[in-house]
Amino acid sequence: MTELLIHETAARPTTATVSPTREPRAVRLRRAGRFALTRPGLVLSSLVVVLVVVSAFAPGLLAPADPLLGVPADKLQAPSAAHWFGTDYLGRDLYTRVVHGAALSLQATVIAVAVALVLGGLIGLLAGFVGRWVDEALMRFVDVLLAIPPLLLSLALITALGYGTLNIALAVGVASASSFARVMRSETMRVRRSTYVEAARSVGTRWWVSLARHVLPNAARPVLVLAVLEFGLAVLAVSSLSFLGYGVPPPAPEWGGLVAEGRNYLATSWWVCTMPGLTIAATVLAVNRISRALDGEWGRSR
Amino acid sequence: MSLLEVTGLRVEYRTAAGPLHALDGVDVRVEPGEVVAVVGESGSGKSTLAHAIIGLLPANGRVTAGSVLLGGEETTGLSEKALRLVRGRRAGLVPQDPTVSLNPVQRVGVQVGEALRVHGLADRRSAAVRAVELLERAGLPDPAVRARQYPHELSGGMRQRVLIAIAIAAEPALIIADEPTSALDATVQRRILDHLEGLVRGTGTGMLLVTHDLGVAADRADRLVVMSGGRVVETGRTADVLAGPRERYTRDLVSAAPGLHQVVRENPHRDVDTHAEPLVEVRDLVKEFRLPGGGTLRAVDGVSFDIAPGETLGLVGESGSGKSTTARLVLRMDDPTSGEVRFDGTDITGLRGKAWRELRRRAQLVYQNPYASLDPRFSVEEVVAEPLRAFKVGDARARRARAAELVDRVALPASVLDRRPVELSGGQRQRIAIARALALSPDLVVCDEPVSALDVSVQAQVLELLTELQADAGLTYLFISHDLAVVRSIAHRVGVMAQGRLVELAPTAQLFDAPQQDYTRELLAAIAGRRSRETV
Amino acid sequence: MTNPTARYLLRRVGLAVGVLWAAYTVSYVVLYLLPGDAVETMASGGLDGEPLGPAEMAALRARYGLDQPILVQYGKALWAALGGDFGVSVQNGQDVLSAMGDALPSTLALAGTALVLAVLLGTGLAIVATCTRSRWLRQALLSLPSLAVSLPVFLIGLLLVQAFSFGLGWFPSVGAKGPSALVLPAVTLALPLGAQVAQVLAASLDRALDEPYVTTARAKGVGRVGIHLGHALRNAALPALTVVGLLVGQLLAGTVVVETVFTRPGIGRLTVSAVSYQDIPLVQGIVVFAAAVFVAANLLVDLVYPLLDPRIAQGATR
Repeated sequence: MTELLIHETAARPTTATVSPTREPRAVRLRRAGRFALTRPGLVLSSLVVVLVVVSAFAPGLLAPADPLLGVPADKLQAPSAAHWFGTDYLGRDLYTRVVHGAALSLQATVIAVAVALVLGGLIGLLAGFVGRWVDEALMRFVDVLLAIPPLLLSLALITALGYGTLNIALAVGVASASSFARVMRSETMRVRRSTYVEAARSVGTRWWVSLARHVLPNAARPVLVLAVLEFGLAVLAVSSLSFLGYGVPPPAPEWGGLVAEGRNYLATSWWVCTMPGLTIAATVLAVNRISRALDGEWGRSR
Repeated sequence: MSLLEVTGLRVEYRTAAGPLHALDGVDVRVEPGEVVAVVGESGSGKSTLAHAIIGLLPANGRVTAGSVLLGGEETTGLSEKALRLVRGRRAGLVPQDPTVSLNPVQRVGVQVGEALRVHGLADRRSAAVRAVELLERAGLPDPAVRARQYPHELSGGMRQRVLIAIAIAAEPALIIADEPTSALDATVQRRILDHLEGLVRGTGTGMLLVTHDLGVAADRADRLVVMSGGRVVETGRTADVLAGPRERYTRDLVSAAPGLHQVVRENPHRDVDTHAEPLVEVRDLVKEFRLPGGGTLRAVDGVSFDIAPGETLGLVGESGSGKSTTARLVLRMDDPTSGEVRFDGTDITGLRGKAWRELRRRAQLVYQNPYASLDPRFSVEEVVAEPLRAFKVGDARARRARAAELVDRVALPASVLDRRPVELSGGQRQRIAIARALALSPDLVVCDEPVSALDVSVQAQVLELLTELQADAGLTYLFISHDLAVVRSIAHRVGVMAQGRLVELAPTAQLFDAPQQDYTRELLAAIAGRRSRETV
Repeated sequence: MTNPTARYLLRRVGLAVGVLWAAYTVSYVVLYLLPGDAVETMASGGLDGEPLGPAEMAALRARYGLDQPILVQYGKALWAALGGDFGVSVQNGQDVLSAMGDALPSTLALAGTALVLAVLLGTGLAIVATCTRSRWLRQALLSLPSLAVSLPVFLIGLLLVQAFSFGLGWFPSVGAKGPSALVLPAVTLALPLGAQVAQVLAASLDRALDEPYVTTARAKGVGRVGIHLGHALRNAALPALTVVGLLVGQLLAGTVVVETVFTRPGIGRLTVSAVSYQDIPLVQGIVVFAAAVFVAANLLVDLVYPLLDPRIAQGATR
């Protein structure tokens, strides 16, 4: 019998070595290093996200100047060593304004994703775990939310709630809750119907214990991956709404608003709207790249 | 000249963990009119061999050395364009799983006709006519009607016949059949293999039959090629290999193949006191399911039986016969429509809440698929200790000690306790599932196809373990399987189920030697390996 | 009702009507109940306008029946909406339906062109990327969609204007005069949508090419292009078609931004001004209209589905 056991493990040499709990630190570090080195895009993306987060919490570190102070003599200057992103029509340094604008934009995005995650996650969990008519009712409701394009639903909420960054965030969050609800529901159903959850039930585990110990941990991962992906979409949605002029009133900087301000100078000074616009694009690209990595590359490379 | 001559073939797969040598110097020969079976367990490289011959390796695989002569011409290193002239025309492939091997959005007649049209053997109109003829040759009833249907309207067996029609369409000199019937029920499997063999033998075509089932190979092949770990371990005339296997691996395989022997292992625990009060009494059990389009399906239809303490009752039947549903009803994992199940004298049919949970202490279930029945995030220790946790037995230390003891009882080293299920092989996982079932020292263990997802040699070990545990702990088993040979090696009594009814129930020896019902006889006749046993 | 296809269709139509009703209700709750007092919101003259006097407010309240119990108000509003009456715009007193009707043709031209463009671009890119044998070309083509979905729509528009209006002077940067003014807005709107079509279609083509039935076809001797177009594409089209249905919603939302960027008249611009004036009846009209378009588009997709997939036509579950 022992001999045959050895035969069994020997036939699968790769599986025996993969033991996340038992792996020495050095091996893990080396593997993480190799993983990063073969993916320069991912490293760059992480760097962009770190920069954005620093801008949001400590903008002074990256841009010590005052974002509201303009030097009229320097107005509409092209990007240069003195003004990396150029200056706007009041002579304000665009780089400083973009860095300081990160706080509001990011705040709105985080709130939006949190609202969507909690709201959608709860709906999905309830629908998927309880099933039957609860599932039917909740999912019909989600279908309705999906039928109204998110931007228009956000606009309706803004009409009711009024302007402002917080209202934008709430509006975007509610409008994107439906996709979380769908993913959470299907994941919960998949796990709930899986044999190992039934096996847990058949050894006498109570339902709420199996919800906490089996269903939630196994269903959470795809939802968290979606949260990262949704973060990118929320950056886009928030900046669209602030581009349309529903965010903070000027002169406070906000990414979408900065682009809108630059529209009038598009013909002569391309940088005024392009630089903030590219900042938004870079942030979204970086977040999407990271979510793709979370979604499987890391797991598959092991 | 040989029809097929493979010499020193090496195939390598590029994987994240580095190159994997799937074939490591393989030699195989097929003469015209000959059936050669390639036998091996999963991962032995037998399917890779089948695909490599016609250049159908997946994108990450490539031939690194050796040659494949098909009708005297080399096929390795041919361009995709040149290979197209070989595929279908010179060698036809009957693929593995008929349920997914046909294009779901195309009529089957078109798919058969395509095999002719790509080789310029028919135009659109004549292809349609020829397709019907080919379907008829493949043994499909009402071929003209079937040709106009889509794959999902056909049963698995019919779809396999369509695939056979595709393979023989361009009249290739060689048929490569890659596990052609493993996904089908035994009786269907036998009819299809009979037909395929007839087609091949009647026309002087050669066939390379790839299978994991030594019984199937023994019944059909002139010569056997036994593969393991990408190498040919042994080759020779079928009768010679079976009668006197030279290699240890072949010997293990032959002795583990359930169908090849009159009696695989005498059940060591033969004596059961059948006069004792039965542990389980099932009376007139009925379970109906509502169908989506209205109407009901009687999955279980008036089934009655007893199981004595310490006895193993085997339930066999083909898919859809209601055997798994019966098992779930016995465990009270489902509500019966009518009828009664008594466990140790108490009626458990309407059991709920606390009493239902108490039943879980005494009756346990081992699932078919050990890959799905263990939470991938849990460590083995957590899996095995879960029942103890659920019933708050002992503290964490005591539970760990008990888990170690249980793992030891299923003959696994204590080091697996910290592993996760993904790191274990199928056989090891099933042992873990058995250990979990034993954690609360139950009286009854229901095994639902516990070995059907495992390789044959591993199957034998798990069956042996179950028998040992029964002897040690006086367990009672309800053992569900589609595989008569497996049931024969473990059960005291065997019940045969078909369409929800219990057709026949008899002591094992009696059922196998003197079956009373026609259906049982048909099932017995379909056991692979039986034919070779009679002739060897 | 024995015909499964008819039953399938009837069920879909029933669902569509239900969703539409629910969308009306959701927008009613959001717009009329959430703000507390809808009349006060409207009467404030929007966020930039002059507030109304108390007498005018009372008149407004009576006009909208807002002095009655909520359920009665809702019932009356729903009944009126069924007859096509969504009330009048607060901005200029125009009937909501006719205000939308005036703006519709220009938006239809934009959205229609963009949808066709998006489907053509997306399908073409996906087919070429999965069919090519050059790993390099495949990688390059497949990275385009993820780039396009990461760009804010307004930035795409502004970049195109810089390049093709101010730089090359090929197309006008604003307005809606003539077909040449349609080019840049339609491309702007189409790029992110086409990218999503490409992503889904490429992924499902790759999945289809891995299916065992493709092995069967290859074993018959069918060539690369034959497999791609004859076997994989039709199977892969199903998920892509679903995405196109969902994209119609995004298309309408996209016009809000695109029409603003290009200063084009249409439903999108109408939306922006309605939100700015807190013109609740008009906003609701537009939201319900968008939901109706979305529901209709997806109904159409559901109707096309059985033609592509015989398994659904026969009422089998997918």
